[in-house]
Order: sequence, then structure tokens, then C-alpha cells
Amino acid sequence: MTLRNLMMTAATCSMAAMPALADINIGASISETGPAAFLGDPEAKTLRMEVEKINAEGGINGEQINLIMYDDGGDANKARTFATRLVEDDEVVAVIGGTTTGTTMAMVPVYEDAEVPFISLAGAVEIIEPVNEWVFKTPHTDRMACEKIFEDMKAQGFSKIGMISGSDGFGKSMQAQCKGVAESSGVEIVADEVYGPQDADMTPQLTNIKGSGAEAILNSGMGQGPAVVTRNHTQLAIEAPLYQSHGVASKQFIELAGTEAAEGVRLPAAALLVADQLGDDNPQKPVVQGYRDAYEEETGEDVSTFGGHAFDALYILKAAIETAGSTEPAAIRDAIEQTAGFVGTAGEVNYSAEDHLGLTLDAFEMLEIKGGEWTIVE
Amino acid sequence: MSELLQFLFSGLTVGAVYALVALGFTIIYNASDVVNFAQGEFVMLGGMITVFTYAAGLPLPLAALVAIVATAAIGVALNKLAIEPARGAPVVSLIIITIGASIFLRGVAQVLFGKQIHRFPSFSGDAPFRIGGATILPQSLWVIAGGIAVFFALYLFFTRTLTGKAVLATSNNRLAAQLVGINTNWVMTLSFALSAGIGALAGVLITPITNTSYDVGIALALKGFAAAMLGGMGNPKGALVGGILLGIIEAMTAGYLSSQYKDAAAFVIILLVLFVMPQGLFGAKQTERV
Repeated sequence: MTLRNLMMTAATCSMAAMPALADINIGASISETGPAAFLGDPEAKTLRMEVEKINAEGGINGEQINLIMYDDGGDANKARTFATRLVEDDEVVAVIGGTTTGTTMAMVPVYEDAEVPFISLAGAVEIIEPVNEWVFKTPHTDRMACEKIFEDMKAQGFSKIGMISGSDGFGKSMQAQCKGVAESSGVEIVADEVYGPQDADMTPQLTNIKGSGAEAILNSGMGQGPAVVTRNHTQLAIEAPLYQSHGVASKQFIELAGTEAAEGVRLPAAALLVADQLGDDNPQKPVVQGYRDAYEEETGEDVSTFGGHAFDALYILKAAIETAGSTEPAAIRDAIEQTAGFVGTAGEVNYSAEDHLGLTLDAFEMLEIKGGEWTIVE
Repeated sequence: MSELLQFLFSGLTVGAVYALVALGFTIIYNASDVVNFAQGEFVMLGGMITVFTYAAGLPLPLAALVAIVATAAIGVALNKLAIEPARGAPVVSLIIITIGASIFLRGVAQVLFGKQIHRFPSFSGDAPFRIGGATILPQSLWVIAGGIAVFFALYLFFTRTLTGKAVLATSNNRLAAQLVGINTNWVMTLSFALSAGIGALAGVLITPITNTSYDVGIALALKGFAAAMLGGMGNPKGALVGGILLGIIEAMTAGYLSSQYKDAAAFVIILLVLFVMPQGLFGAKQTERV
């Protein structure tokens, strides 16, 4: 243990080239590998990059951040073990992470018992509903995505819609949320199909939706499935327009689906993807442009909204520690809950005792893909 | 009617993917009775290396050739470094070695190629062919043609060439094969190279349809293995028919029953076939002479 501390201090010193006697231990359990790696990978890269930047700029209240990050591989059991290690051995003051809803929910009881504030990067609404004193999250929920999409469908005059969903956790969760809010949003789900996350062809499902009289199609899924659905939608020349979820909100999706097939696809997403198209008076513009440029320069990869969730979580935490003027977990928690008017990549965050998500539907931009680029739908 | 045709085209597309993976299983199984569970990783490597050499500026056919040759070399290395040193070990141990190799290859690919999903363009564009109200993509035809071509090549190899017969002889009785002058080490090396090369070719053909990432091998190997079992392990005809049958069963279940039961239905049918015909549809009955 002492040897490890010594090595850590040595590493911090040599990297940041300044003495770091009182570190702030911030924990993270991210799915850097495994099936959710394409979410966790940009999250982990973002955290490393931004912590280094904050430390180089003098840390928080003059103290350096010591980021203790574990890779849970998307495995809920591992995540729980790491959560215990974070609070018992590493003595962290706050934790970022839980890339997936599964890993997040596995860790929640540990942080609740240890009374350590936890900012999750996962999507499902169940993380913050009912409100848990110690748990916050930064990404939009899948229910918000459904509401935003249905709002747009109604505005276009579509009321009968077909759903096609991935059978993975994200797809299933969003499918259930969309079914839950369909009626109150004034749309009727006339077809409900499912595909495996690794399937190569979804034309049978789409043929059935085509025959069901659906006026618009919603795909809830992430990873490669939505790209295949998009290509098949074009292949079958289906007239009903295709909506995707925020689960495909990265440039990679357009590449995988192909520019031609992706033409006209609509989806709700954070402003990060359309940083340059935001109005100059939009307070999010400098934040998202700054993060995007830094990330793309550091990694050579296109920015995705997933890394943005980690960015938001880290800076909400930083602001809270500064406000609290203390590294006591309870004081940090109180300060996080007071977060108001925080402008991040996902939108403006206003936490309260009743709302640990802090985002409204306005935080979503409705995008349409035109000529291989995201454009904001007016 | 056009719906039925569309389901059939979907089944053919997916089935040809399975068949190509299943064909890769055949050779190593024929040479050594070992089911090589790293076969899915060969498919992944074929796709991945093509993605990266293509992105580096090579023309697509050349990038594909590089991928196939490189993967074949990795197959040979796998045989030399992992399988050969364990010669004499029971078949089950060798199979476990291939599982270890598949985990190793996946790990290396994850570090080398990253965790992103990749794709390169279809060979002849994405404009679908319209037949009787249904559509099929040109790339699907490439995959189906590739499957049939590999099948015929393997069929001729095993029945018409001396080398192919040497492979079968090695599988049947290694000691007897050695006694009649067959270099069994060389046969094993050859079969790993061929098998990896066929896997890589599959990866090259299917990536424009399925996309690729470091971990696609697991799912492909599982479905390819199921297809091979259905058709009869070690028989090229079985691999082809088993793959396409599996694809069509899945597509019909998704189309007419429910997409929820697609995977389950396929496996139920495989189990039923194996109950009735334990050797699969085209597997030869084994007879032991005492």
C-alpha cells in the first residue's frame, strides 16, 4: 500500500511536474472494454485528458486531482467490486461513471452506504427516478429522447408509427420508455419489431413494419444495428421516414450507414454534434467547441456525445468542490445538488433536491442528416 | 408474395455469411478433428486489416489481398506456436487452446485497431437489385458467390487433389498417414493457412454488410459453428447448406412469427436435427473397426 502510494505520488509529480501532497481522490469505473467499449472508451479518454488539463492549470482549490479509474468491461459484478474498492481502499471523495445502466445500478448501493456522491454517465431514467440522495447523472434519458422524437413526428403529421429496437440493454430500455409515453404523446405504435445487436440484415422486420401502415419508423438501438437498419431502410425504399435515437449520435454512424442511406434520418442529440451551427449567442457554443477541438486533437478520433457526458460530470464535480470549499463527500454532494445554470455539452444543468438530471427537453437538438452532415431541424 | 421473396433474400444474405464462416471450420476439422474456435477471429482480422490498409491508401482489391495473406500467416503462427507444441494432447485440450488463441487475438486487435466499429464501401455500390417487388444488395450477391466459390474450391481440393486427400488421411489416422509418407506437420500448417485465409476472405466479403469491430468474432464463430453442425462438421457441402438453411430459418421466423424468437427458433431446429441425425445433414457415419 505504501509502495503504491509512493509510486502514485512519484507518477503525479513527474507528470504534472509539481508537488502534490494533498490530492483529491476522484474515482471512476468505466466500461473501457467489453460490449459498451464504444461508450466507455471516449469517456475514459475524456476523463484522463481533462484531469491532466485541470491539474496543469493548478488543480481544484490548489489541490491536484488524483483520478483512480477502473475498467469494469461492462460487467455489473466487476463494477460493484470496483465500487467497494474505490470507497474502502482508495478513499475517493466522489465517483464518476457507470458507463451503462447495468453497471451504474450495481454500484449505487455501495455509494449510498458509504455516502459518496456518484455522477453516472448512463442513460436510463431509473437511475434518477426515484431520486437517490447520492446519485446524479449527466446524459439525457431515453424517455426524453422518445418524447422529443414523438413531438417531432406529431409536428410532421405522423401519428401511426412503427418501432424497431435492438435487443441489447439500451434498445430494450428505450423501447419500453417509448411505449410508456406513446399514448400521452399522441402517437400509436402499430408495429414493434426487435433485432439482435450483431445482426447483419433487418429487412424481414422492416418489411413487416412497411406492411403495417406505419407513417414513420423509430429505431431504438446503438452500436452497429442502427447502421444496418438505416441501410436496409434505403434498400427497401420505405417511404415512412426513419428516426434514430441519441444512441447513434456520433459521426461514425454516418460512415457506417453510408452517406446516401443516412440522408434524411432524424435524431435528437446534444448540441455537441453541431457545435459550429449553434448561434453565436448560444452559451453552449464555446463549451462544446472547446471540448470537441481538444478531444479531436488529443485522440485523432471524432468526438461523440458519450465522452461529453464524462466531460460534464467532471466539471460539475469540479465546480461543486470549488463551491463547497471542502473535500468532504457530504459537502460535495450538497454542492452538486445546488448546481444551477451549469453549461455543459449536454445542455444547461440545473440540479435540485427533486431533480438529479437537471436537463429539459430543450437540451436536445432535433437533427437531420443532410449530405453526410448533421443539420439542426428548424 | 414479394414479402416471402424479401424474407428469402434476407435469409440468403445472412445464410451466406454463416456458410462462409462454417466453410472455414471445415479444413482444420478435417485435418485434425479440432474445431478451431479462433475461426471467428480470422474473419474479424480479414475485415479489420482490410479496413486499415484501405484507409492507408491501398486500393480495395490489394488491401483485401494483404488482409488474406496476413491472416493466413497468423493462422500458420497459431499452429506453430500453440497447436504444434501441444501435439499428442487430447482433442479437447487443442480446442481449449484455440479458445485461448481467440481471446488473445481479440485482445491484440482491441489494442491495435481500437474499439470502434468499422466498415469499408461495398464492392459494387449500394444500389439494390429489384426482383419481383423484393430487393437484394449487390454485396449480398458477392457474399453468396464467394460462399459458392469457396465451396467448389474446397470440394475439388478434398476430392481431386493429392494434397486434399493427404489432409483427409491425416485426420483419419495421423500415424498411418505418416507411415505412408505424408508429412503431417506440413498438412497441419497448410490447413491452418487455408482456413485462416478463407476466414479472412469471409471477413473481406461480409464487412460491407455486417460492419466489423474487434469483437465480432464471437457471434460469427457461434453462428458459423451452428451452421457447420447443422450441415455436418467437416463437410463443405454441409457447411454451405447448413449456413444458408440457418439464415433462411432465421429470416422466416423474424418475418412470419416474431423477430423475438429468431435466434431461439434457429437453435431449436438445430437441436431437433441433431437429435434425429447426430452427424448433421451431410455428415458421414463413423464406423469403428476393431
